[in-house]
Amino acid sequence: MTQTTFAQALNRALRDELTADEDVLVFGEDVGQLGGVFRITDGLTRDFGEDRCFDTPLAEAGIAGFAVGLALQGFRPVIEMQFDAFAYPAFEQIASHIAKYRNRTRGKVNLPIVIRIPYGGGIGGVEHHCDSSEGYYAHTPGLQVVTPATPGDAYSMLREAIRNPDPVVFMEPKALYWSKEDLDLPVEREPFGQAAVRREGSDVTLVTYGPQVATALKAAEVAAAEEDWDVEVVDLRTIVPFDDETVAASVRKTGRAVVLSEAQGFAGVAGEVAARISERCFHSLAAPVLRVSGLDIPYPPPMLEHSYLPGVDRILDTIARLQWDDEPDTHHLPASDREQVSA
Amino acid sequence: MTDVQQLLPCSEPVRFLEPTGTLVAGGPGEEASARGYAMPEPEALVEVWRNMVLGRRFDAQATALTKQGRLAVYPSSRGQDACQVAPVLTMTGPDWLFPTYRDSMALFVRGLNPAESMAQLRGNWHSGYDPKATQTGPQTTPLATQALHAAGAAYGMVRRGTGGVALCYIGDGATSEGDFHEGMNFAAVFNAPTVFVVQNNKYAISVPLAKQTKAPSLAYKGVGYGVRSEQVDGNDPIAMLAVSRAAFEHARSGGGPFLIEAHTYRMEAHTNADDATRYRSSDEVDEWVGRDPIVRLQTWLLAEGHIEDATVEEVRAEGEEIAARIRSIMNEDAVLDPMELFEHVYAEPTPQLREQAAMVAAEEALR
Ligand SMILES: Cc1ncc(C[n+]2csc(CCOP(=O)(O)OP(=O)(O)O)c2C)c(N)n1
Repeated sequence: MTQTTFAQALNRALRDELTADEDVLVFGEDVGQLGGVFRITDGLTRDFGEDRCFDTPLAEAGIAGFAVGLALQGFRPVIEMQFDAFAYPAFEQIASHIAKYRNRTRGKVNLPIVIRIPYGGGIGGVEHHCDSSEGYYAHTPGLQVVTPATPGDAYSMLREAIRNPDPVVFMEPKALYWSKEDLDLPVEREPFGQAAVRREGSDVTLVTYGPQVATALKAAEVAAAEEDWDVEVVDLRTIVPFDDETVAASVRKTGRAVVLSEAQGFAGVAGEVAARISERCFHSLAAPVLRVSGLDIPYPPPMLEHSYLPGVDRILDTIARLQWDDEPDTHHLPASDREQVSA
Repeated sequence: MTDVQQLLPCSEPVRFLEPTGTLVAGGPGEEASARGYAMPEPEALVEVWRNMVLGRRFDAQATALTKQGRLAVYPSSRGQDACQVAPVLTMTGPDWLFPTYRDSMALFVRGLNPAESMAQLRGNWHSGYDPKATQTGPQTTPLATQALHAAGAAYGMVRRGTGGVALCYIGDGATSEGDFHEGMNFAAVFNAPTVFVVQNNKYAISVPLAKQTKAPSLAYKGVGYGVRSEQVDGNDPIAMLAVSRAAFEHARSGGGPFLIEAHTYRMEAHTNADDATRYRSSDEVDEWVGRDPIVRLQTWLLAEGHIEDATVEEVRAEGEEIAARIRSIMNEDAVLDPMELFEHVYAEPTPQLREQAAMVAAEEALR
């Protein structure tokens, strides 16, 4: 077994797809000679030539719209948005064309485009470099929105994304780029829509994805050691399509659920997951489904990001509110009412 | 000539034919001749005229169908007939077309099946034809977005070695959108064979060109990107064909993109739902009706003996047949299946879509 980083796994996936299919084209800002600001495309231009991996003018709508035209000619574009917040200029092309082309043409034309977006914080990045933008894409029918949390998934899911007949927004948690795993590549790819149980547990299900999977596992270890809670951790892997089955099966087993996201909580993916759990598992639930998320503020400056990011303590505090002693959760009530309810 | 001069448009719109229907004395001028714009042969001009007559009949029929509630909406291109016809007739086998909502006449001239190309106007589906089979992008509504699709497709054709050119229509207002600029820049940087035709019909819904730009001609917008550019009298079908030919030749022979600004006028309101009297005078409209491209070319063709009164009557009758066919297609009630709503979102419907499909199926069963 070799130690493989998340970034190396992504690079290898691109290499293997460029080798397997000559219609695959990789392009974006600084992805050529430089190999991308995160080096995910390192060496691709050198090894596959400028026809296969190339720099474009600095224009995100341009990159996305150009990909549409190339896909119409039968290519499989894999485009890189340099950072999460810099994908916003491309939103019109993504939401109005890439997401809708199959539907608009009544199934006659599909666009197999992969939009790679490094996202999320925790790396000391300045403004516009740390957004969790998955919610915008997940809310747009026609897009698949996926986010790996391990080097193995980074490899297999990127290959699956490129093989997929539909557009995929491939969200790469940049805090994980340097994380490592013992991994021999290649590994098999699987169809999208399958969540993974990363840790088995019997007391409570922690549902999360992307950058927060590692935090969830850490919280589960602390919970076992200090609180005697046996936490099951579910990694969604693909937000769209969503794996209701795995999530619901876990919650029906444990009877309690917390949904964890780095993104702001309001009107976000975590709220959608919580609603889906409530709709499906109401009679199995011993407590309301709770969320732990980033704060509903613009992503903060680096010196303050520790207050924004959900950490182990915030997760454990939330688990503690899951009515373990048949006590109702009074967390959201004014102090005076809280006493009355517990009295 | 320096490099920049080779990109620059003529100082006045290229014109071969006066609004009165006589040739411009002395030809289109030194500037135009230096750029290689040549008088097309009469047979080609007869074809342009014929397609304009038929295209206008199509356009009039579509407008009439909105009044009968048979079409949900129709943006007419009446008055822009030369712009709709000449570039499309310049296309050859491998070429692709990227039209907007305004360009239904161009789709008709391209030979698309009206039952399919009018599906969007009818409200049956967002687009009714197969873009790959017809080598025609769906009519785009988000302004200027198609400029990038055209650039990408044109570059794709270079990579595939098809020898094709992408023809992209765009409105004057849409030249203020970023995607227009990104499209031209990408096409230029990748030397992609793209012909951009800006139909400057003077208004973006109600907003006049003076509020869009300070540029002396929209054709100057190409120059900054290294794109060869030209401005043309868009109501002169001869000039439109001559410059379109030069543009396609330039793109096809590896010269990169070409931008044409066609000075024209939208004779109808923005769509059937718009009231143009709120923002423009009837005097202005009348003036432009006096520059009608069809009348202009027909006068010349008749005077030169390239067509006869009998030809005019023949083509008019052909137009009536087409109109009747469109009426009968549009008068058939559409058969639509709500379950199809779930079929084209993804290759495979997600489990969530299957659930919603089951709900709608149950609702339908109770109807
Ligand atoms: C991105 C975007 N913004 C606004 C609109 C609404 N809209 C539709 S047509 C139009 C005017 C466009 O004018 P122009 O580009 O000159 O083309 P024309 O309609 O005259 O052919 C506007 C504002 C739109 N379709 N897309």
